[in-house]
Amino acid sequence: MLDIATAYNRYGFIGHEFLTWLWYLIETDGHRLGQSQPQPILLALGKRIVLENPREDHAEKITIKGDYANFEAGILPLRQGSLVTELSLEAKSAEMTWEFNLKGESLSVSSMKMSTTGPIESLDDVEGAVLEKVYLLETILQFIDTLFERFLKMRVTKDWDEKAVPEIQQWIIKNEARPTL
Amino acid sequence: MSLLSSAVSITRYRVNGRIEDPVTEAVYTGLRKNMLPEIDDVESAQSVGWTSFQDPFTPSFEGSSFVYGSYFVFSLRIDKKTIPSKLVQKYMAIEIAKKCQATGREFLSRNEKKMIKDNVTSLLGLRIPATPNIYNVMWNYETSLVWFFTHLKGANEELETLFKTTFDLVLTRIFPFTFAESFPGMSGFDLDLLTTLSPTKMLR
Repeated sequence: MLDIATAYNRYGFIGHEFLTWLWYLIETDGHRLGQSQPQPILLALGKRIVLENPREDHAEKITIKGDYANFEAGILPLRQGSLVTELSLEAKSAEMTWEFNLKGESLSVSSMKMSTTGPIESLDDVEGAVLEKVYLLETILQFIDTLFERFLKMRVTKDWDEKAVPEIQQWIIKNEARPTL
Repeated sequence: MSLLSSAVSITRYRVNGRIEDPVTEAVYTGLRKNMLPEIDDVESAQSVGWTSFQDPFTPSFEGSSFVYGSYFVFSLRIDKKTIPSKLVQKYMAIEIAKKCQATGREFLSRNEKKMIKDNVTSLLGLRIPATPNIYNVMWNYETSLVWFFTHLKGANEELETLFKTTFDLVLTRIFPFTFAESFPGMSGFDLDLLTTLSPTKMLR
């Protein structure tokens, strides 16, 4: 059995590949990503992408911030062998919204902002606010987990090398060739 | 960053093992036994313990106040005393001058200076109040998951240690590899395959 710290470091790339795949999926199939959820969730790219080129001699880190339209700036690093290490995401369902950063190596979420819970006017309101917040968090975390499970199942089969990777490569080439407005 | 803040950060853990019934009573006993000890009037530089979610400065877990629906919600509090080095220098200079005057010497030995520094640090430690840091914990006992509302390395390490001491349960941080290990959709064969994977080159 692998030591936890070793497993974290050795297999961090799985999280980076997941985020790279997720970015590709959002761009090409975003509207269908969360349709199988009990409450359909629409996932979109946020305003920040961090990419890293895991070169043997030195790692190169690139952060792209700004409007969605600037995402093309991330294509070149992908072409040069970088993978996405952090992704800012926006999710929306009929009644809920979420904005958060997702880190690949740890699958951890940060700066998670959600639909507002009801106001807390007395001590009795605290329990309701806690349960509502936990419900909102569980909904989005379970959605992320479902996506990661889908990725994992594919990653250990030849579908990854024979189907997903060539498709991602095609997407990179297509967008790299797209003229910037 | 608190559970009820407008923006939250979460480190997720899987809890290995179960507590013997009655669970709520066992959690209450554990929390109470490992409640944060106050260190304002003692020399200690740091204190770590559980405190209540709603009232972290007067911890109490009475009346199942840590039970919210089917979750256990409480907080980890880390109190730290930080003595500014310039304050230590100031009181050291005063004490050294006093000792030189009393003994009629111009200099003190390295050992004497070290003893003075230890005394000054210990006296200031008694006078300076500890700064509290509070991090919320949400434990879903049914699914064996714990959410810890910070990514701070030191705080996460304290949580892992205190959780083990309190409940005799080990927390495993969830990240891609540990997620795969606990995912029912991954067979033993899939896991073996996973361990043989190497990074994909997206370049052609």
